[in-house]
Amino acid sequence: MKPPAFEYLAPVSLEAAVAALSNEDAKVLAGGQSLVPMMNFRLLAPSLLVDISRIPDLAYITEDGDGLRIGAMTRHHAVEMSDVVRQRFPVLHAAMAHVAHLAIRNRGTIGGSLCHGDPAAEWPGLVLLLNAQLKTTKRTIPAGDFYHGALATDLADDEILIEIQFPGLAPGTGWGFEEMARRSGDFALAAVAATICLSDDRATEVRIVVIGAHATPLRLTAAEGLLTDHVSIGAAADAAMQEISPDSDLHASADYRRHLVGVLTKRALAAAWKRAA
Amino acid sequence: MRYLEAGKRHTVRFTLNGRAVEGDAEPRLLLSDFLRQTLGAFGTHVGCEHGSCGACTIQMDGKAVRSCLLYAVQVEGKALTTVENLATPDGLNELQAAMQKHHGLQCGFCTPGILMSLTQLREEEPNADEARIRDVLSGHICRCTGYDGIVKAALDVFGDVFGKN
Repeated sequence: MKPPAFEYLAPVSLEAAVAALSNEDAKVLAGGQSLVPMMNFRLLAPSLLVDISRIPDLAYITEDGDGLRIGAMTRHHAVEMSDVVRQRFPVLHAAMAHVAHLAIRNRGTIGGSLCHGDPAAEWPGLVLLLNAQLKTTKRTIPAGDFYHGALATDLADDEILIEIQFPGLAPGTGWGFEEMARRSGDFALAAVAATICLSDDRATEVRIVVIGAHATPLRLTAAEGLLTDHVSIGAAADAAMQEISPDSDLHASADYRRHLVGVLTKRALAAAWKRAA
Repeated sequence: MRYLEAGKRHTVRFTLNGRAVEGDAEPRLLLSDFLRQTLGAFGTHVGCEHGSCGACTIQMDGKAVRSCLLYAVQVEGKALTTVENLATPDGLNELQAAMQKHHGLQCGFCTPGILMSLTQLREEEPNADEARIRDVLSGHICRCTGYDGIVKAALDVFGDVFGKN
């Protein structure tokens, strides 16, 4: 398996990278952990690769008020090992264990995963769950507007994602992240992530996102609306199963994925409820 | 700004196991092939060539990476280490010796990659427990051992006193 021929450019400024992307069939090379295998399989044959890894100052995790700003070239492993991520967004820390394997997490970038837009990948769902803003070379895009479909984003051909901005979570927010994959490190058959805020044992703010069981990561708003008290977790999980349109493939049937989303929603909500204060 | 034409060979320079090396590579040449075919460093093995099997894992700037998911031209100026770097002048290093002691390998095809990942884990999490070790090993396909020997070897050199056989 060998990739097709391409031109290679390693700019050291965003301006030069953006200018290079105006070439037809140019593609950004970030960590390369999705792009290179796709090229090795010859599923993709870009004429020019623009390697943005030599552009300084695109990899960082910075506190911003209660929230965090994370540079697009930050590697998954840096997020996994970050103390401030663990303190402020434990759900991000927990989810990183599901992103492929150590060597892939060392090299793969958050920005690359988001822009590749695999609906079964963790990051697209996590930015939606945490209501993040995606800052590019042109504008700032709310996570909810970023995906048009599987592997399809709102980015223009000459637009580069540079930073992900996570607003702080309300104090006492509980979280859950539940994923099922056939093997450790595989893409999710389905995953459900949730955050819950409680007041007097009643849910006041609920966010539920499903990964891998729809063309894009999806907020399950009907299920969110049904979750009022601890007893309603079952009803919310039932609603979650009806809100998605999963596909059948080699790994799982649509029916199985639907069933899985019900089970994972129940578990994620129960975990989030327990952690909420 | 470095621009490299398609289909032409370009000089690539980096440090391999502490030694400055260079060779010529087309942009599309995978680092795994560059190591073996251009530099003759055969310790790194090539399995699936799409990042799944882990056989080609090396370290770049101290982190385990798949050499089949990097183009040789990307590592210009970087510091790479491969399995050839592990042994000391006195022989196998601690992790390698533990692999031998616990029969952590049979055919040896997956071993170089496994050693490079475990080397990073040991540096970052010297007290990693069995579950964490197994999690890291899940990024490596071994069809001989059933993994138990590898886990035992790792537990021997990591800090988990309760996991020791």
